[in-house]
Amino acid sequence: MNDMSNKWIGARTIRPDGADKVTGRATYSADNTMPGMIWGKVLRSPHAHAVIRSIDTSKAEALPGVKAVVTAKDFVDFPIDKSVMLGIQDMRWMARNILAKEKALFHGHPVAAVAAISEEVAAEACKLIEVDYEVLPHVIEIEDAIKPDAPILHDWVRHEGKPSNIAGTMVLKAGDIEKGFAEADIVVERTFTTRPVHQGYIEPHACTVSHAADGRVTIWSSSQGQFMVRAMTSLLTGIPQSNIRAIPAEIGGGFGAKTIVYLEPVAVMLSKKSGRPVKIVMTRDEVQRATGPAPGSLMTVKIGAKKDGTLVAAQGTFYLQAGGLPGSPLRGPVGCSFAAYAIPNVLSTGYDVVSNRSKVAAYRAPGAPHGAFATESVLDEIAEKLGLDPLDMRVRNSAKPGDKAIYGATFGDVTFVETMDAIRKHPHYKAPLDKNPRPGVKRGRGVASGFWYNAGGESSVQVNITEDGNVVVTTGHPDVGGSRASIANVVAELMGIDHSRVNVIIGDTQTIGFSNLTGGSRVTFASAMVATASCEKVVGQLKERAAKIWKIDAEAVKWEDGMALPAGDNAGKFPPLSLKELAAKANEMGGPIGAQVQLNTTGADPGYATHCVDVEVDVDLGIIRVLRYTAAQDVGRALHPSYVEGQIQGGVVQGIGWALSEEYLYDKQGRVDNASFLDYRMPVCSDVPMIEAVVVEIPNSKHPQGVRGVGEAPIVPPLAAIANAVHDALGKRFYALPMSPPKVTARMDEA
Amino acid sequence: MSKMHVTTTINGEPVEFLADVSSTLLDALRGSLGLTGTKEGCGTGDCGACSVTVDGRLMCSCLMLAVEAEGKSIGTIEGMAQGDHLHPLQQKFLEMAALQCGICTPGVLISARALLEKNPDPTEEEVRFGLAGNLCRCTGYDKIVRAVLETAADMRESAR
Amino acid sequence: MTDIRYLAPNTLDEAVSAFAAASGAASILAGGTDLLVQMRAGVRKPGTIIDIKKIPALTAIEDLGGGAFRIGAAVSGAVLAEHMGFAKAWPGVLEAINLIGSKQVQGRASPGGNLCNSSPAGDSVPAMVAAGAVVTIQGPNGKREVPVEAVPAGPGRTTLAPGEIVVSFTFPVRPKGASDAYLRMIPRTEMDIAVVGLGVNLTMEGGVVKAARVGLGAVAPTVLLVEGAAKALIGSRLEDAAVEAAAAACRAACKPIDDKRGTIAYRTKVAGVLLKRVVAIAAARAGGN
Repeated sequence: MNDMSNKWIGARTIRPDGADKVTGRATYSADNTMPGMIWGKVLRSPHAHAVIRSIDTSKAEALPGVKAVVTAKDFVDFPIDKSVMLGIQDMRWMARNILAKEKALFHGHPVAAVAAISEEVAAEACKLIEVDYEVLPHVIEIEDAIKPDAPILHDWVRHEGKPSNIAGTMVLKAGDIEKGFAEADIVVERTFTTRPVHQGYIEPHACTVSHAADGRVTIWSSSQGQFMVRAMTSLLTGIPQSNIRAIPAEIGGGFGAKTIVYLEPVAVMLSKKSGRPVKIVMTRDEVQRATGPAPGSLMTVKIGAKKDGTLVAAQGTFYLQAGGLPGSPLRGPVGCSFAAYAIPNVLSTGYDVVSNRSKVAAYRAPGAPHGAFATESVLDEIAEKLGLDPLDMRVRNSAKPGDKAIYGATFGDVTFVETMDAIRKHPHYKAPLDKNPRPGVKRGRGVASGFWYNAGGESSVQVNITEDGNVVVTTGHPDVGGSRASIANVVAELMGIDHSRVNVIIGDTQTIGFSNLTGGSRVTFASAMVATASCEKVVGQLKERAAKIWKIDAEAVKWEDGMALPAGDNAGKFPPLSLKELAAKANEMGGPIGAQVQLNTTGADPGYATHCVDVEVDVDLGIIRVLRYTAAQDVGRALHPSYVEGQIQGGVVQGIGWALSEEYLYDKQGRVDNASFLDYRMPVCSDVPMIEAVVVEIPNSKHPQGVRGVGEAPIVPPLAAIANAVHDALGKRFYALPMSPPKVTARMDEA
Repeated sequence: MSKMHVTTTINGEPVEFLADVSSTLLDALRGSLGLTGTKEGCGTGDCGACSVTVDGRLMCSCLMLAVEAEGKSIGTIEGMAQGDHLHPLQQKFLEMAALQCGICTPGVLISARALLEKNPDPTEEEVRFGLAGNLCRCTGYDKIVRAVLETAADMRESAR
Repeated sequence: MTDIRYLAPNTLDEAVSAFAAASGAASILAGGTDLLVQMRAGVRKPGTIIDIKKIPALTAIEDLGGGAFRIGAAVSGAVLAEHMGFAKAWPGVLEAINLIGSKQVQGRASPGGNLCNSSPAGDSVPAMVAAGAVVTIQGPNGKREVPVEAVPAGPGRTTLAPGEIVVSFTFPVRPKGASDAYLRMIPRTEMDIAVVGLGVNLTMEGGVVKAARVGLGAVAPTVLLVEGAAKALIGSRLEDAAVEAAAAACRAACKPIDDKRGTIAYRTKVAGVLLKRVVAIAAARAGGN
């Protein structure tokens, strides 16, 4: 099936959901209403850290127009001493994140929620809720949270036997690092910091929910997984999954952060109490203050190499912010930082640090960009000190097929070198760069690489032949950026029909089988694999029908160009039967034609990316701009090249923001000081150049179309690539992100 | 609370509605008027998802009171296509995959149309600055800018 | 629930009397790009909103001849940008006004609103201070005229008396060899609030600076007229020493704060850097006039 001469696989078709999205007709989470609907509003903690002694909601409940008030007491209790996991999420923390229980753990932490006849009345009622807080000292930064005298967030957290804010540890080891470093000719050890960054989706969280009199619940919301919404809502409210229909609205960006719930269970309980459908829409301020972000980090990476550039030992220590509740993505930096390199001696340790910030959420390759910033910066420094080309040095150290990865797997194909070759051969890498184009302006070029696991997991796909002989495909995965288009290409190809005859829709939780989250670069991999299996079943049915009509063996029928043809000895004996003809005869020949396949998919090989970037620095103002960017990645197979490129381009620009301008700022009271798109500075259109995506396609042998996964890897290299380019321009290395203008000028003014 | 009566024109059609003084044009469009194609990303004029035209001029509908619409002519994304005939920008955005999640797309299209009406032959830099008020988090802007430049070229060609 | 009144008077007198009658509970609405954000945040809760855009004087652009202009306080940046004569006479003022927000915001935001919002970081204000623009103010006690720099009193505060409305800005006659420029430092290329903003207005004669004014924003509670910088420039041929002295005067004038948008050290440094860059642009423009 890895034939590259396909008609639809690899074609730049128009997405099935496109026309609705360019005309404003696509309905996103905030675009829905329900009959008799009322409005919910969340009361949030005004303190960064406080014990909640009591909550008195009586005055709010008495306000005319208020229909329901809920607090954590209205939800299923998840005692601290008993973990209940859903995927990677612990319901003890999820319950306490959607509504604070014992303590308010960050400024903006939900404490109660109101449903009323209007948003204004709901907001008014929130002010009438009396919360008795015992305000505690707060702690925001990792450096402060791990000090011995730091305010402790959770008395049940112990690290090395003592009360601590280190809520978890992850260690991966290979070989003997002492021995490794002793063998090294050069050892470089540096400490890095990155600031928390928000995923920055433009669509705020929102939902509309109905809890009907018979206990059946309908949830309309956007997320990266309607089944996640159903499962978490069920766990947190105690309503069985069979009674919760979670309908996926169009999703206005998620990037990982919409893999958990914030509003849906709260709205369900408000609806249950009030007997009315409830809609809640977050403001941007609430989104920035209380959802996401990706963690900030404090990292030390030490790498030893031989004079020829052979890496012999690596040690990484990664502290990641978890926010107010445990659960930072340690497996990102701990597992990915050194994974692409064959280093015999490695010790990689991660610490999950709680502090009085909003609970972190997944963000594209969670944790991996942090680790790559540190590791790829140190590698650049080693290459510079050894006088080696930085990519040549990486190529020399690439992991090989059959090597055991530090995270436990054994590598199958390793296509890391191919991404580096794509950059080494690209005109960008060889293009002359005037490093001093004008007085006060410096330019530089940098490279860096990245690794992401990729993922398989559960998917369900239905392929149904309509009575008029066309195809409707239903998947269980929200489409965050072109997955419907990719699946339409696969199905058109396998059914041998024109792309326009295939429609792809997203089913809700009660109409399609269980499908895991859209995340981890898994959806196109998994759903294409399952769609392929569904199409094979449907083609089998079609061949059987033709065989029946022709009264020959089904094995003697082949399917080609959307038609059944008699094959073998029967070749040419009967005129072909088209999909339309077979559909028309479906009922008389055995009933409707269609198949649903549900699989737990495996075989998603890791993703590799190598990036090259040119920057320009206004030395006096400390402003860094990206002039040119080339990103190479092995995607296995690009089912729809435009959306593959789009994933790469979008990930890179998020990386540019992370490197240069995005960060959370807190005031002295522990409140987010820049909870707006004005001061949380995501790149705007005029900040960035065209992003050239070099799509390397080495088919994944474990996937029917060769798909590898795309979405995460592009955000892994940019932080280091840009830092390395800035070093090339200025001769100074930056160990702290973002490289904002005041930091750049301060560094330049250092002796 | 007394509402004000507003008589206005939306996408060429006469419209009357009632609005609280404090509510924005965006609130009115998305609320009682049911025109949810105009999106709210921030409510503070920083993302451009709520872009509309008022008497032909590009604005954020979140930064305008609904009552200010009195006597004006409002253009929203719902009025960009003529029936099922897409505007060239809409068609090009589909062909060139200039959208991913699509939440910013209505605002980007309204901005891009305003840009091309003023400047039918923009440079890449002019497109980038012209769209700087429209945040997009998915695409990295590359395909958006290319689609606008290509549409401009097509429209110039067909205007000859 | 508070009941807000909306008024859109057609005359200045009506507006002034309504504004005065509301005794502090009213807000003037021009472009609304600050007011609506502040209302949403709950920072401002006006009882009455007085929309001044239907008053002809507030939205007029008058070419007074010889480079002099009178600009209504509620003229939006987008409208002003379409006036070719103003762009030629006052390119620095126009580029400053056109830096207030996005294209969308430009469709609404006005110099009058920018001044009355009284943020030290308002982009148009340093340029108008450098231009020597005069503000016409109408209030219950009649009309008065003051220089732009006399209006801001501190962040969010003005020297306007209760009931007073900013009507227009008058820009003086342009001698030959005069031009202006404005630059601001922002981390991104667009959509940010100025970390430092600086406007310079120069009159050149035979390569010698005959007149100069420097307006400096976002480095003190109000936008500053930096007379020391002007003094260093006047009489010079913009030799390095003179420009450096003017830059030093700008740095010395800074009384900034550390906040989310910049540090004291950074703002002070940038004030000097911008002075040099803006002087060069203004001088090049003046040479062409």
